[in-house]
Amino acid sequence: MDFNADHFTLMGLPRVFRIDSAALDKRYRELQAEVHPDRFAHAGDTEKRLSLQWATKVNEAYQTLKKPLPRAKYLLHVAGHDVGAENNTAMPADFLMEQMEWREGVAEARSAGNHHELEHLHHRLGEQMRGAYDELGDLFDNAPDYATAADRVRRLMFLEKLLHEIDDAIVALEEE
Amino acid sequence: MALLQIAEPGESAAPHEHKLAVGIDLGTTNSLVATVRSGLTVVLNDELGRPLLPSVVRYGKAGNVEVGYEAQRQQSLDARNTIVSVKRFMGRGKADIANLEAIPYDFVEAPGMVRLRTDAGEKSPVEVSSEILKALRARAEASLGGDLVGAVITVPAYFDDAQRQATKDAAKLAGLNVLRLLNEPTAAAIAYGLDNGSEGVYAVYDLGGGTFDISILHLSKGVFEVLATGGDSALGGDDFDHRIYCWILQESKLSPLSSGDARLLLTRAREAKEYLTFHGEAPISARLSTGEMVDLTLTTQIFNDITQTLTMKTLQAVKKALRDAGMTASDIKGVVMVGGATRMPQIQRAVGEFFRREPLNNLDPDKVVAIGAAMQANLLAGNRAAGDDWLLLDVIPLSLGLETMGGLVEKVIPRNSTIPAARAQEFTTFKDGQTAMAVHVVQGERELVSDCRSLARFELRGIPPMVAGAARIRVTFQVDADGLLSVAAREQTTGVEASITVKPSYGLSDDEVASMLKDSMEHAKDDAFRRALKEAQVEAERLIEAVRAALLSDGELLSPEEKARVEAAITRLHSTALGENRRHITLAMDDLEAETKDFAARRMDKSIRRAFAGKTVDEIEQTTKENQA
Repeated sequence: MDFNADHFTLMGLPRVFRIDSAALDKRYRELQAEVHPDRFAHAGDTEKRLSLQWATKVNEAYQTLKKPLPRAKYLLHVAGHDVGAENNTAMPADFLMEQMEWREGVAEARSAGNHHELEHLHHRLGEQMRGAYDELGDLFDNAPDYATAADRVRRLMFLEKLLHEIDDAIVALEEE
Repeated sequence: MALLQIAEPGESAAPHEHKLAVGIDLGTTNSLVATVRSGLTVVLNDELGRPLLPSVVRYGKAGNVEVGYEAQRQQSLDARNTIVSVKRFMGRGKADIANLEAIPYDFVEAPGMVRLRTDAGEKSPVEVSSEILKALRARAEASLGGDLVGAVITVPAYFDDAQRQATKDAAKLAGLNVLRLLNEPTAAAIAYGLDNGSEGVYAVYDLGGGTFDISILHLSKGVFEVLATGGDSALGGDDFDHRIYCWILQESKLSPLSSGDARLLLTRAREAKEYLTFHGEAPISARLSTGEMVDLTLTTQIFNDITQTLTMKTLQAVKKALRDAGMTASDIKGVVMVGGATRMPQIQRAVGEFFRREPLNNLDPDKVVAIGAAMQANLLAGNRAAGDDWLLLDVIPLSLGLETMGGLVEKVIPRNSTIPAARAQEFTTFKDGQTAMAVHVVQGERELVSDCRSLARFELRGIPPMVAGAARIRVTFQVDADGLLSVAAREQTTGVEASITVKPSYGLSDDEVASMLKDSMEHAKDDAFRRALKEAQVEAERLIEAVRAALLSDGELLSPEEKARVEAAITRLHSTALGENRRHITLAMDDLEAETKDFAARRMDKSIRRAFAGKTVDEIEQTTKENQA
């Protein structure tokens, strides 16, 4: 196995968005069972260092492929279509408008102490994101369209952040 | 007639040779040492049959040191020189320590970590902790009848990098080979899970003397995977004592106390807390050195009221950890209670109500961490056969990041990342011709640098002068399996390479540890030279054994010539180690490491191929089943 192999190869998975997550979990554990530093606690320094490097790499591959957003970004990366989050921040006006509305809704519910409304927003956003990830599956696996996929990934980055903010607002309310 | 023993291929040459390894629970209030002996995990008692060693160290004028019960007896009489709960000061500055006014020590501010002024001179918390570890090491070696190959030392899961590094330094200072720093709740999960054959998602609620941890773990056949961890490294049973102490002061309207009286009342407070576990009310009486009398009755109701906020604080951390794990209370199959402070009825009740299930208490909450640590030490020392083992996947408790412009934190490795983990981040220069860059490493969840813990500062120098924004400085964080961080920075665009690896600054440098080790040995009138030589010989023996085991299981990966070279290097090291030249031993070790470098790489490659081979077997089975269907 080449240390520079891509994450999919390392995890023995085809390079697709709709992965077999049970197979990923299984392969992850099998690999760590072989390379984890606990296997080399009584070994020499060279083996300890190699084990640290491999176990780190296996963790990174697993973390990247496990969740849909980093997996999608990585698929774009290996296909040579980086998301370009830094240089490509211009989003369509209607999308940004929609984002503003979401944020206002969250801020209002937060200041009114409306726990129920926050849970509702969380649920609605979750539904919307599930749909978006479903679409990504088609854009990657059925008829690959990396340009559109990159656009959807950029949108999802906004949505994941928003979801995180709703979670934070719920937590803040619970702690008051 | 004696029969010759022949080892099975792949097994150790001497399967009967059990390596002596221990697990140590270095607690705030008490410490323990345990080991696996003839397949059974046992806590090692002292000569009087007592399993606990109070984590108390007393320094005498003559430089004598007392540890444990002996020291504890003197704590009211000689409070200033009798250090209790030293774990609270590990890796901490003076400003970090809560209730400083109630602690009867003479603190000295020092860079990175406080020191304590005693009759035997200034002591760092690392030195104090190492005295406790030395006492446990001596107990283990006397009880097991030999030198230890290594120890697993437990730390609170919520310990940050500074606290972990300090613990590892203390172990080194005590002459222990640290096989691994293991998180306390994870250790408890090993003891509990292996004992009960549990599967599913479990919570470990660990309220010790001075620290609180909550870990959410997924247990499945042979794998312990930590999903999230949280807690408070300055919240424990001690704080409940302190609430009672404050209540006593308030009720008795006492004038300022001497350090001995303060210690006495804290002891009375602790006794009252323990009494309330089995009774509805506890009498508190004491005669102070001023002649004043304290005579009070603490009821369960009052105790619950004055500690309500502490109990709530632990539940907030539980909620946060559950959220981080993406779980709710109803997903949890069982809640394991760990730490002496979980004996308090209000804690049992609050946890039970939160999870809506009876907490699990079937293992002694004082011993379960040491037992899990001993099981892990036995595994790491190589005493278990492949297939008869388990895998532990743990996480870091707090995010690691870098200071960026405006005193903001850029997170590089988020909390609850599985370790070992590494992440690189690129930065650039701010001014034209800038040739140096300050790197400031912090740990914590807040956005402002000033709200996080500062771990290390270093400068990357020798960046070739370029226009602002042209340099590409790559800062790499690596967290190892002990949860310890190292950071490297390097300029990418030019052929010029400037790189540095730092150990966070609060830790002791290896030189400092070496000199402390030397001081302590000289003090004990030990022969420092002999001791260092002995250590080098043990190290050499350890390396030879590791290489021999590797040759036995994977010798076919080497050509006959390569194998002969490795064998020759082993022989050279072996004969050098019989001699008395420590430098030659080190050189011969380096030589053997160099000869086996390629071998190590090929072995790792074989391991990874083996993981893939496992899949192939499954696939074949799958296909066969499909064909049969």
